[in-house]
Amino acid sequence: MKKLINAPDRVVDEALAGMAAAHSDLIRVEPPNIVVRKDAPRRGKVGVISGGGSGHEPMHGGFVGLGMLDAACPGAVFTSPVPDQMQAATKAVDGGAGVLHIVKNYTGDIMNFDLAAQLAEAEGIQVKSVVIADDVAVKDSLYTAGRRGVGGTVLAEKIVGGCAESGANLDTVTAMCQRVQDNVRSMGMALTSCTLPSVGKPTFDLGDDEMEIGIGIHGEPGRSRMKIATADQIVEMLMTPILEDLPFKSGDRVLAFVNGMGGTPLIELYVVYNAVASMLKGKGITVARNLVGSYITSLDMAGCSISLLKLDDEMTRFWDAPVHTPALRWGL
Amino acid sequence: MSFDKSGQLSYDDFAAWIRRYAGVIADNKQYLTDLDAAIGDADHGINMDRGFQAVLPKLDAQTPGDVGAMLKVVGSTLISTVGGASGPLYGTFFLQFGIATAGQSSVGLEQLLKGLDAAISAMQRLGKAEPGDKTLLDALIPARDALRRASEDGEQPAKALSAAVDAADEGMRATIPLVARKGRASYLGDRSAGHQDPGATSVDLLIRAARDQWAG
Ligand SMILES: Nc1ncnc2c1ncn2[C@@H]1O[C@H](COP(=O)(O)OP(=O)(O)OP(=O)(O)O)[C@@H](O)[C@H]1O
Ligand SMILES: [Mg+2]
Repeated sequence: MKKLINAPDRVVDEALAGMAAAHSDLIRVEPPNIVVRKDAPRRGKVGVISGGGSGHEPMHGGFVGLGMLDAACPGAVFTSPVPDQMQAATKAVDGGAGVLHIVKNYTGDIMNFDLAAQLAEAEGIQVKSVVIADDVAVKDSLYTAGRRGVGGTVLAEKIVGGCAESGANLDTVTAMCQRVQDNVRSMGMALTSCTLPSVGKPTFDLGDDEMEIGIGIHGEPGRSRMKIATADQIVEMLMTPILEDLPFKSGDRVLAFVNGMGGTPLIELYVVYNAVASMLKGKGITVARNLVGSYITSLDMAGCSISLLKLDDEMTRFWDAPVHTPALRWGL
Repeated sequence: MSFDKSGQLSYDDFAAWIRRYAGVIADNKQYLTDLDAAIGDADHGINMDRGFQAVLPKLDAQTPGDVGAMLKVVGSTLISTVGGASGPLYGTFFLQFGIATAGQSSVGLEQLLKGLDAAISAMQRLGKAEPGDKTLLDALIPARDALRRASEDGEQPAKALSAAVDAADEGMRATIPLVARKGRASYLGDRSAGHQDPGATSVDLLIRAARDQWAG
């Protein structure tokens, strides 16, 4: 393992300290390891928090700031945060209007957020939760833990953050988050495994000429493993299940998000985006907005994911609204 | 240290069990993590070890006496330090076990079973898993049931614990062919078959640690 670290068990703490030092104008880092918007709590504004295992940077800590999250709770690498973190974050951002928890659909995240919401409510803070489950690689049946929360989370955090910033109440902010969840679908693929600092070797073996389609953001094996194909063919393999699932139809306006898994250069993401854009054009679907870059990663995994969100005017307006966080900034 | 003449375990017995298990987890950190790499995200051993290393100083700081109070501290420490799926589940196990034995300075088989019943139902309320879903319950529930049967048959506590270990072993191995329906492993669908569940394995080690400590 070759990594820029001092010790595996200090990675999260030192990275958080580094973030705090680099972005002291936007965020503060407080015990027990929470990233909080510098000016939180804001009186009368609904607080929006999220969290999950570390190793997906910039998600979620990089999205704390004006127009997006009020706080983020990073767990150990690839491990859900503990309830104490969400409880502390909820308290830190509550401006009296309640707090929304954006939770990715993983068993650990669900249970730890659940315990935290109970603790916060016992202290008199109104908490609502929305679960993001957008990964079409997973069958959504009674016989699984349900779809994983992946790329759609980034879009939800931006749009919901914009909605909360506009002064909407907790019910409205919650409904907006649910609306994003209901209209977003994603799927990812890997060219290589990732290596956890604490493990030191790749999570799974993937041959030099192989790829995994339907990969999760923690290196969970996907739908199938096959010989490497061209970018155009890979886009087709990811887009077809996404398009069929919602389904996305001719005349729809979408936000197309091409995300890098951490170890893939931007030049390749643009090759992918090019194929995505032309495929959508061919189907009569308008790309009204887009995002290209590595925003929800899986450590050093090479690969990408594609997310499509069917937009309406309100979602588009909140996507366009000003945002100023360590990882996303526009409109000011 | 083990069961006394009237079949009771002391505070020290329980503390020794937890300490022994912390050592077992440290020794098996890699093994549990490797099992989790096959069908999960390669962190189960690391998660458990982080939690039990945090439990040890809490145990040292605890005033001996109340078994339930000590188990509650173990549970809340795990909830605060482990994360993942196993943190809330193991935390709930010890928390509920502690609530069921609150105020007691010694615990016999009967209270042990009451504690297990309370712990298991709380874990099922939280995780919504059923037997056969390929989770830690697949080792825990058979162990509890075997302990109850042996106890009802009038077996000595040491014998009853051995029966619980056998049942946990069997339950753990029986997870191998199962297709997971809960937790991360369920994402694999049929591909989760052929691998032993990491959580069932750490539960098996927990029951073994009790047998080794109390009836070794
Ligand atoms: N719903 C559930 N009910 C009971 N046990 C479960 C459930 N989901 C998972 N488990 C158990 O948890 C074990 C995995 O624990 P682990 O510490 O690896 O957490 P995790 O699932 O990786 O959490 P995270 O995704 O946050 O990292 C599984 O082997 C299984 O026995
Ligand atoms: Mg795991």
